Amino acid sequence: MTFKKSMTLASAAVLSLAVASAASAESLTVVSWGGAYTKSQVEAYHKPWTKKTGASVVSEDYNGGIAEIKAQVEAGNVTWDVVDVELSDAVRACDEGLAEEIDPAILPAAPDGTPAMSDFIEGSVTDCAIPSIVWSTIYAYDSSVMSNGPKTISDFFDTAKFPGKRGMRKSPKANLEMALAADGVAPGDIYDVLSTDAGVDRAFAKLDTIKDDVIWWEAGAQPPQLLADGEVVMTTAYNGRIFNAVASEDKPFEIVWDAQVYDLDLFIIPKGTKNKQLALDFIAFSTDTQRLADQASYISYGPARKSSAPLVGSFHSKPSLAMGPQMPTAPNNFKTAIQNDFEWWADNQDEMNERFNAWLAN
Amino acid sequence: MASNLPFVRYDNVQKSYDGESLVVKNLNLDIEKGEFVTMLGPSGSGKTTCLMMLAGFETATHGDILLDGKPINNIPPHRRGIGMVFQNYALFPHMTVNENLAFPLKVRKMDKAETEAKVKRALEMVQMEAFGDRKPAQLSGGQQQRIALARALVFEPELVLMDEPLGALDKQLREHMQYEIKHIHESLGVTVVYVTHDQSEALTMSNRIAVFNDGVVQQLADPVTLYERPENAFVAQFIGENNTLVGKVSSTKAGKVEVDLGKHGKVQAVKVVDVPKDGQTTLSIRPERVAFEEKAPKGKMSLPAKVLELIYLGDHIRCRMSVAGNDEFIAKIPNSNKTISLAPGKNGFVSWNIDDCRALDYS
Amino acid sequence: MSDTRILAADGTPLKKKLAQSMFRTKLRAFGLVCPLLALIISAFVLPILFMLTAAVYDDSYSSLMPESTAAMQEWDGESPITEAMAAAMVSDLIRARENKDIGKVANRVNREYSGATSLFKSTSRSAKKFEPPYLEALRDKDKDWNDLELWQAIKIASDTYTLGYIANAVDMRAKATGGFEPQDELRQIHITLFIRTIEISFIVTVACLLLGYPVAYLMANLPLRTSNLLLILVLMPFWTSLLVRTTAWIAMLQGQGVMNDLFVAFGVASDEDRFSLIYNKTGTLIAMTHIMLPFMIMPLYSVMKTISPAYVRAAKSMGATNWTAFWKVYFPQSVPGIGAGSLLVFILAIGYYITPALVGGQDGQMISNIIDFHMRKSLNWNLAAALGLVLLVFVLFFFWIYDRVVGIDNMKLG
Repeated sequence: MTFKKSMTLASAAVLSLAVASAASAESLTVVSWGGAYTKSQVEAYHKPWTKKTGASVVSEDYNGGIAEIKAQVEAGNVTWDVVDVELSDAVRACDEGLAEEIDPAILPAAPDGTPAMSDFIEGSVTDCAIPSIVWSTIYAYDSSVMSNGPKTISDFFDTAKFPGKRGMRKSPKANLEMALAADGVAPGDIYDVLSTDAGVDRAFAKLDTIKDDVIWWEAGAQPPQLLADGEVVMTTAYNGRIFNAVASEDKPFEIVWDAQVYDLDLFIIPKGTKNKQLALDFIAFSTDTQRLADQASYISYGPARKSSAPLVGSFHSKPSLAMGPQMPTAPNNFKTAIQNDFEWWADNQDEMNERFNAWLAN
Repeated sequence: MASNLPFVRYDNVQKSYDGESLVVKNLNLDIEKGEFVTMLGPSGSGKTTCLMMLAGFETATHGDILLDGKPINNIPPHRRGIGMVFQNYALFPHMTVNENLAFPLKVRKMDKAETEAKVKRALEMVQMEAFGDRKPAQLSGGQQQRIALARALVFEPELVLMDEPLGALDKQLREHMQYEIKHIHESLGVTVVYVTHDQSEALTMSNRIAVFNDGVVQQLADPVTLYERPENAFVAQFIGENNTLVGKVSSTKAGKVEVDLGKHGKVQAVKVVDVPKDGQTTLSIRPERVAFEEKAPKGKMSLPAKVLELIYLGDHIRCRMSVAGNDEFIAKIPNSNKTISLAPGKNGFVSWNIDDCRALDYS
Repeated sequence: MSDTRILAADGTPLKKKLAQSMFRTKLRAFGLVCPLLALIISAFVLPILFMLTAAVYDDSYSSLMPESTAAMQEWDGESPITEAMAAAMVSDLIRARENKDIGKVANRVNREYSGATSLFKSTSRSAKKFEPPYLEALRDKDKDWNDLELWQAIKIASDTYTLGYIANAVDMRAKATGGFEPQDELRQIHITLFIRTIEISFIVTVACLLLGYPVAYLMANLPLRTSNLLLILVLMPFWTSLLVRTTAWIAMLQGQGVMNDLFVAFGVASDEDRFSLIYNKTGTLIAMTHIMLPFMIMPLYSVMKTISPAYVRAAKSMGATNWTAFWKVYFPQSVPGIGAGSLLVFILAIGYYITPALVGGQDGQMISNIIDFHMRKSLNWNLAAALGLVLLVFVLFFFWIYDRVVGIDNMKLG
């Protein structure tokens, strides 16, 4: 055997070893919104799943939207395997061919045998996306500043009764719904009203009344910070972020549930990922009844399966704090809830965004 | 006006930059109206500092500078009315030649017609009439120099300061400009204070020269006196070429001293400074006053010499020899039939008149 | 004239000989710049060109809906909808549904006609069952198919090469019958933002100049050791991340921030009525001026360093006061630095994005924030490209103005 030949053989052996070891240590990149929310997922989903399969999970943060997914898919270099997205983005990613289709047959049934499709919130399982949580846009205030705080959505828009700056998300979503609710539209009629030009005008007119008092936020971590800094007296926010500030940092924040706008977060798989099978397994595991219930003990987002509700316990670091009443879906919180209508938004977001941006800039 | 005072007077002026050493030590200098006075010295001798104090860009640490009898320490530069030519001309690059010349007139709010006339006259004076619309960058070094000169004179100051104005020019142009500046000075009658480190430039142009060294004026005199009768070893060395021999004073009488050169013998010289008996002295003899002969001539001072090196320079021959232990003794020997016989290694005698050898301080 | 060519010693023409001898040198020079050139072309020039083509090229409808695209090309945009158009539409809808492309098509039309997303998706679901006449079938399915504006929107969306996005970028919109009309007033935003962007960039440039000029002057005229220290202080912000600096400004300027606390402590503002220094245009201006300042100071400093103190002395010796000497002699010579610094700051500011996004609130937003919005949120990359193209035209325009006023070769960057 010549020296050259033996070298080739040796390097081939080394290579095959390397490939083998890479295969056994599989890893999945799961992308989510960061902060307390990602932490709850790591505790409830990633760790048990790694224990079960031996595959590791790389957790990455992003700020929502499907631009990065689009860029990866169009460049043919998909590095994200599972992404946690909002409902409207899930539908859109599916429409634009950016997400793999997921066969709902992979989803386990509820412990009592209810098939998965009827266990999940109705209509929430879509072609490409499996829901995990119900989250909600609410508004909150600092009870140490306002002892006799606001109670209703109208109070949020009443600067005479409750003077001071308000924080709002820099997007028409949820804001238009809340504006109409504050203007007296019943939760069930919101999207009917919004579907008329007059209804949209009405919503913007209501927003106009507080425009000069608004500080606009974009990332979910901003509103609790704005409240804590005293920059605003009340702010819309994702309910989990406020809950976390109260439960983990003992902030004196109070949530007003009136006219909460609730929505779903779902898992999608970007089209063309090399780890599709692994990703499917992760999603099926993470959205089973127990896992969803476990997650609810880390953050106050409601499980997307009905069968999880009875299993929801108390806050992981405070056994005295029962999580049930903190959920958007708790009966007391849910009376005037508005469900985000993703279809209405899919039809109207281009126009509403443009109009909202123009309204904001002028 | 205080007519009994000189036009410019430095009165006990001292200058220090760092508070530890003096750059100018106790300067006293009077300059008369219409004079061309040159401050000459090696770099770092304090001459430029003296000029800048007069211009107002440096303040004297101690003492007064009087202009026309009035102290000017507290007058800002722009109210002193002194024209100035800078080393690198400092022509404003963004203005044309005309605009540069009109600048001092404009700041004096002179009317347009008069300004134009004066600019024209100033350009004529330096023979640059055709260049009025050019930018300085489009001119050669010599042309820029002329414009700088014209600009310093156009507002008719009584005093013009020049800080090494010819330093950036090549040799030929420099010599030409020397004459030109001299002529302008003579025809306008302005007072000029000129700073240079070039002794030939100083000799060519000046009425009087102040030789600076180490912050002190070593000698203030007209060019002839300075060359012919230097008062100390530094001046003798700095102005022109000079041979030095060191010895001890053995006797003094009637303005002459006898100097003992040890084993090389004794020579007589003109007494310039007071040196006690047996005190060290430096003898100074100009190379062109030295003759070389095979035999010691009578009635002249002479010392044995050995030719070491000859350099042929056309009109004269530069002859380096060993005299009284000094191997760098130079004689400039006029080119004549006699000189043909000179050759390295030849022994003979150097000789000079007693009056041509000056006994100066030993430093 | 070729017979008068000068020949080298061996008889070859001198020009050719020279070219031969220079070839190796040139080859080596090219080899040295080659990696950078390749990087610039592949990582900068090509992506920008691709991006810019998106401003006028959009085949998301025409490539997926070929039959209806062809039908739309023949339609004048006004006359009633024909059965042929409807048939082509139904046929395309069926194919798009089978290929799972219907979402893309629907989203494309929805940009022109709100509601098209659900209309296309629901129609395509039942399109297979349609029977001729297809126009009737469509109208029975949803009354929106009666709307002439929908068909006009489809015609606009079917244009592969279109000026529609560029028109959108300047608050106009394409008409199906050809030509353009002003955008709906409630949706006009871009012109306002372009003007505000230029206004903010201009104010920031002027503020940087006013603040930076004295600092650069000081640095240029101090002894080397002191000026080096100042230089380090000026460059210090470069060593801190942009995000950190911007966040620091939030802490400084917000309602309960350091500046307002000081104002209250010194009685300039009352505790209840603090100044709004951030989340508005003021915040954008303050933070951007601070971030841009070094870009103004550095070119100024490098120019001022070369201005000999002799010029000012000369001016003073000729009778100019301090002010006249500065204004007539020093200042004009520093103009190349002012030009370079201003152009640099202005062009950087015009495309600035992170700082206005964080501290700009509603009236401190710039055009780049809208471009970002269309890149990341609305996914309308075509419009983002069109806005970028218009911005590029603006920048080139200002460059041209600068060249005419100051002269580009009059610029010194260091």
